[in-house]
Amino acid sequence: MRKLEYTLRRLLLSLGVLIGMTIVTFVLTRVVPSNPAALYLGQRARPEQIEAITQELGLDDPLPVQYIRYMNDLLHGDLGDSLATKRPVTKEILSRIPATAELLVTAIVIAISVGIPLGVFSAQLHGKPADVGVRTVSIIGVSIPQFWLGLILQLVFGLWVGLFPIAGRVDSTLRFSSPIEDITGLFVLDTFITGNWIAFKDVSLHLILPAITLAAYPIGLIARMTRATMIEVLGQNYIRTAEAYGIARRMIVYVYALKNAIIPTLTVIGLTFAYSLTGAFYVEIIFNWPGLGLFTARSFLNLDFPAIMGITLFGATGYIIINLLIDLLQAYLDPRVSLD
Amino acid sequence: MSLSRLFLGKRGEEPPDNDFDPSLVQRSGWAHTLYVIRRDVLAMFSVLWIAAMLISAIAAPLLAPYPEQGAGRNNVDDRLLPPSTQYLLGTDELGRDVLSRLIYGARPAMSSSLVVVAVAVLIGTPLGAIAGYFGGWVDEIIMRFTDLFLAFPSLLLAMAIVALLGPSLMNAVIALVASWWPWYTRLVRSTTRSLREQYFVEAARSIGVSDAMIIWRHILPNTITPILVQSTIDIGTVILATTSLAFIGLGTQAPNADWGLMIEGARQFLRQAWWYSIFPGAAIFLTVLAFNLLGDTLRDIFDPRQYR
Repeated sequence: MRKLEYTLRRLLLSLGVLIGMTIVTFVLTRVVPSNPAALYLGQRARPEQIEAITQELGLDDPLPVQYIRYMNDLLHGDLGDSLATKRPVTKEILSRIPATAELLVTAIVIAISVGIPLGVFSAQLHGKPADVGVRTVSIIGVSIPQFWLGLILQLVFGLWVGLFPIAGRVDSTLRFSSPIEDITGLFVLDTFITGNWIAFKDVSLHLILPAITLAAYPIGLIARMTRATMIEVLGQNYIRTAEAYGIARRMIVYVYALKNAIIPTLTVIGLTFAYSLTGAFYVEIIFNWPGLGLFTARSFLNLDFPAIMGITLFGATGYIIINLLIDLLQAYLDPRVSLD
Repeated sequence: MSLSRLFLGKRGEEPPDNDFDPSLVQRSGWAHTLYVIRRDVLAMFSVLWIAAMLISAIAAPLLAPYPEQGAGRNNVDDRLLPPSTQYLLGTDELGRDVLSRLIYGARPAMSSSLVVVAVAVLIGTPLGAIAGYFGGWVDEIIMRFTDLFLAFPSLLLAMAIVALLGPSLMNAVIALVASWWPWYTRLVRSTTRSLREQYFVEAARSIGVSDAMIIWRHILPNTITPILVQSTIDIGTVILATTSLAFIGLGTQAPNADWGLMIEGARQFLRQAWWYSIFPGAAIFLTVLAFNLLGDTLRDIFDPRQYR
């Protein structure tokens, strides 16, 4: 019963934050600029165009009326048209989600499968040189600028060693030799399902460097968090009892201890996932990855306002939903989490 | 009241030790902090590196081998030269000495991060202390407001604000402050809530000390250490943020030197001039690393219970 109540309250809070967020983007686009119409048309707008768009967007109406109309459009999935491409912003965003999703998910999988074992390993060797080594690696992971790490990887593995392609998502010649059938939009998955091995190899190679770049920061955070909670859990009585029973050390560490240590780590994973939404932005610029980030960068350069606000709203919504899911998951998994 | 008194309590309560372990000799708080830092190689590196960056920022015209180039003057005859005795770290696409640009680049990095964190602390601390001390509806209002700000992905919010206000370092600073203060409100609120229940606060209240005075004299001084630890780490994170913004053209504008802006310029010359992209990134990395390491060490010193 308390869980249901907590879930409802948490949902309501998220809804409130979402509405608050629409107010923020509304204020940023309609209230702060002295002439929103000019902003919407870009830099070379003629006065009669400004007049027309003022009429069209109803910028002469009182602000509450404008806000209601803005919300109405939003609820119908209408974020306006992009100035650069003249296509609806919603469409532009949706068409680019698969590329970014593929990159994000790969990075998070790498981060979890490297970060958690690293943290567990480090906790077992608490205070020994190997532990110091892992701590150093994780602090380097959170200190390194992503856009610089990407450049170094490009320089070393792309240009000097020549192992990986340094830009894009797929080799353009493949479009003719072995075209990718678009099923999910995730190229690695699509080529795998259709058994298109030439393309599979190519898209996987394209994915590796950007995914590693994006994973560096989460690896550091996850390793740190896992290490801290593992040290705490390993010091508890039930672990000593398990040891006294003669249960194998590996079993104790990876089953009994990790199960309890994983819950706080979950929060960190959720947070880094949300953080990586913006991190992906830089990685996409560096690797010319045709996802949301590259679209965002272009929108900033062109001062494409409808697009910028659409992306901000979209990104923030994703962030709020991830946070909500993590909170709920934690509440259901861990009875110690206070539900008040 | 001297700051060092804040830490006296913690060290003073430990029983005197008869072993001649020099680390257990009783020292005042700051002396102890300095002692630990001096013994820890990484912490010592951090302090020295941060000091070097601060000095670079303040005395850039005196330290840079080519001050005019550091400030932005072109030198097109010497474009993209590799490191040599004349140009220790090579030159950029406009022939400017990379080392001089790096020294000048310490200015926006250090000044903007210090300003962002200082203003965020000044806004966040009083709100957090008030919310934590009074509780009830005051707490509810302040914290829901804070949650709203925390719900935004900070860098995305900063980008949107800067894009709207127009790209400049000043606007980047404003945008970052807007997304950073809520963390301090949370931090100070949780510290205040535990302090509020303690006897010395209750004692003060029972002899009729006003709420404002209790917060000023008894609550705030005890929140300084967690703030210090957090803000040390945050300065590094803000440097990452401002240089990232400069990298996408939303921070410092050319011809001013900025580490992030240099990397953006260097990107297209990756093949010809590795030094141009490597050194500015190394400057960002080492500075952020130094602040993170120092923050970690401070946390170990002030809060030994926490495993890090």
